[in-house]
Amino acid sequence: MASISGTNVGAHGHDHAHHDEPYLTPKSSLWATIIDWATTIDHKKIGVMYLVAVLFMFFLGGVAALAVRVELLEPTRTVTTTVNGETTVQITGSVMHSVGMATDMASAGDWYNKIFTLHGLIMVFLVIVPSIPASLGNFLMPLMLGAKDVAFPKLNLASWYIYLFGSFFAIASAVVGGVDTGWTFYTPYSTITDAGHWKVVFMILAAFILGFSSILTGLNFIVTVHKLRAPGMGWFDMPLFVWGMYGTSLIQVLATPVIGITLLLLIFERLFHIGIFDPRMGGDPVLFQHFFWFYSHPVVYVMILPGMAIMSELIAVFCRKKVFGYRAVAFSSLAIAAIAFVVWGHHLFTSQGEVAAAVFSALTFLVALPSAVKVFNWVATLYKGSIDLKTPMWYALGFLFLFSIGGLTGLFLGALSVDLHLHDTYFVVAHFHYVMMGGTIIAFIGGIHMWWPKMFGKMYNEFWGQTGFWLVFIGFNLTFFPQFIMGVHGMPRRYASYVDEFLIYHQLSTVGSWVLLLGFLVHFFNFVHSLAAGPKAPPNPWGALTLEWTDAASPPITHNFHHEPVVTHGPYDYDDVVPAQTKPGEFPLPPKAEGRTVHVVKAGH
Amino acid sequence: MTSFPVENSGLGAAADRPYHETYRQAEHFRTQADEFDAVKLGVWLFLATEILLFSGLFVFYGIMRMLHPEAFIHGSSLLDWRWGLLNTLVLLYSSYTVASAVRCAQVGDQKGLQRNILITFVMGLLFLVIKFVFEYAPKYAEGKLPGFWYSYPNWESPYEPLWWGMYWGATGVHASHVIIGMGLFVWLYIRARKLHFGPKHYNAVEGVGLYWHIVDVVWIFLFPMLYLIH
Repeated sequence: MASISGTNVGAHGHDHAHHDEPYLTPKSSLWATIIDWATTIDHKKIGVMYLVAVLFMFFLGGVAALAVRVELLEPTRTVTTTVNGETTVQITGSVMHSVGMATDMASAGDWYNKIFTLHGLIMVFLVIVPSIPASLGNFLMPLMLGAKDVAFPKLNLASWYIYLFGSFFAIASAVVGGVDTGWTFYTPYSTITDAGHWKVVFMILAAFILGFSSILTGLNFIVTVHKLRAPGMGWFDMPLFVWGMYGTSLIQVLATPVIGITLLLLIFERLFHIGIFDPRMGGDPVLFQHFFWFYSHPVVYVMILPGMAIMSELIAVFCRKKVFGYRAVAFSSLAIAAIAFVVWGHHLFTSQGEVAAAVFSALTFLVALPSAVKVFNWVATLYKGSIDLKTPMWYALGFLFLFSIGGLTGLFLGALSVDLHLHDTYFVVAHFHYVMMGGTIIAFIGGIHMWWPKMFGKMYNEFWGQTGFWLVFIGFNLTFFPQFIMGVHGMPRRYASYVDEFLIYHQLSTVGSWVLLLGFLVHFFNFVHSLAAGPKAPPNPWGALTLEWTDAASPPITHNFHHEPVVTHGPYDYDDVVPAQTKPGEFPLPPKAEGRTVHVVKAGH
Repeated sequence: MTSFPVENSGLGAAADRPYHETYRQAEHFRTQADEFDAVKLGVWLFLATEILLFSGLFVFYGIMRMLHPEAFIHGSSLLDWRWGLLNTLVLLYSSYTVASAVRCAQVGDQKGLQRNILITFVMGLLFLVIKFVFEYAPKYAEGKLPGFWYSYPNWESPYEPLWWGMYWGATGVHASHVIIGMGLFVWLYIRARKLHFGPKHYNAVEGVGLYWHIVDVVWIFLFPMLYLIH
């Protein structure tokens, strides 16, 4: 690496020893360490901070979900009895009723509306959208590409603080009373509910601000992929995780501004009554739905593409096999990103013209193609692979199972005639939970297990990892599968009450949510135990071939690599690199610094 | 790590040379050209987000005009196209000066760079003055306001408040971009005075210049839409 001006060669050599330490090394005092983390532009630290924040928000959103499920253990009933001309009103079956009375709510249903809205808003805007890209993506992208950092490290830190700022507004809104609009903010309800109160504006503002965080992360990743690949790494030598992130980032950059202007117009509508979504003034409330879903449908793929990105890595590493159809998997990420922009109308089947609905229905079916390409390719990768059933691999298998159910039920909903029956029922709720949670969150947890040793330099306990997986897997299915059945039978979403026929399904679902909680607690304590007393992780415990494993320590040094890596083999060339007699679970390290496989050249500084 | 390493390098030869000559790329870039390309790609992506942001307002205009053409035609006739044209010329000229600023940085003309940044800033200010003094203020006084606050008596269509909602929304979001741009020019001017930019290092000038062009382009679409189409 030649110096440009030649006058300041020494400028690079400042405190170099410091950058050879593991990035987690604390500073001299606690205060200095806190300042160091708060002002860091190291993508790894930012990734870890995001991980902690996202998991905390997942906890908050999870508590809201548990509250929703507890409320649905029994139907909420308002029983009016008249004895001798005296009428008494009694509310039965509501756990939240007493809470609602204590906090001066209009009714138990009011409380329920706020809780499910809070659950949706937190899980979508604060958890799933930033989850994988901002935490694992930030941590891994530069490492996988052989770079020292993302393209714009300061922007990366800025996007972290924007995320915190947006979260502040979301929490503030919940603290001052919460909103009951549903996470979709549909007009005209969202423009008139709690009129004169700031909490709805706060929540809209939160989503608006969080959008900027999302845009900046996406922009950073796109430039990083274009400009910071290690020497020798062509586009088709990149790990598929990077391809998935690239597709995600494209959507983040191109769709998020639209929700920005939509939410801005919604705020204008609430504060200044500009009339755009108000039919009394000639506006069109359905226009809001178009605006909203023009962003929020593509963002569904912002949520699932990173899960798919992790899947490709999990499957390849734990089958010790080249991913079947690498290019097909890579291009399907871009195809999903492209199709994402033309299917938003399927959220409005019941509020648009027949021709438009038919066109959107047909376009919706197109999404199934690249999604199926991925699933089939992963399954084909399993074939004759040396499958090693570690916790991450169990999660990969869980993803295949759950995402297939979620994806196929999406086709039910994309079919126009069927959707008219299933619209706004629990079938929809079950469908998107199978994709968002059964897909994205499952892949996320699998990914955290896989890269845990790299991020923190400690191994987790395999037995408790797998125990946690089975609890999550069983709990998840117990929670959400009954909801498919309820939905087909006509149980509408977003109601605190229901007829007795649905009692058994709701109770199964609620019990499932407790099993799910238990599973997450097992994982949580397993991770805490690993940090406190886990065995030290080797640089490459899984014998993987991507750069973060082959060329970086566990945990990586501040500068990621001692020498700039040069790539001479593909990310999944196990056939060429790993000895043929390897047994599952052995994970021999690929030969290092040999001319045949990995060239390591000393970068010029 | 990735801060500009030169100012504290303490190298004798470097110390008396201006920043833009001794500037080195951030550490994670291989060459200065790589960094330049990365910044440029980043700015272009950001411009794409800006276009999509404004596209929401254009859709607002298109849909509402389709639903209520009479309100929009009458509303438009209440705008004075001469102020719109003047502001268009002001912004076009500022686009020329900001492009000149980039050119000056490329050829190392420090005086020209500072002068052009200053003129662009003043043009932005002039745009806002025209906007606020000759457009917003009279409309505010006459009650040509969005939605419920509308009190202008000589309307021809009951949906004219919607037109004014669109007008204030679109021009307001655009004006906020002008204000942000002016802030960026202050920043550029301070850095230009410290000789931060030169032939080898003018990322920031180029980036802000591109941003200013998009602000201009958006106005070039807003002007005929609001003032000229009847």
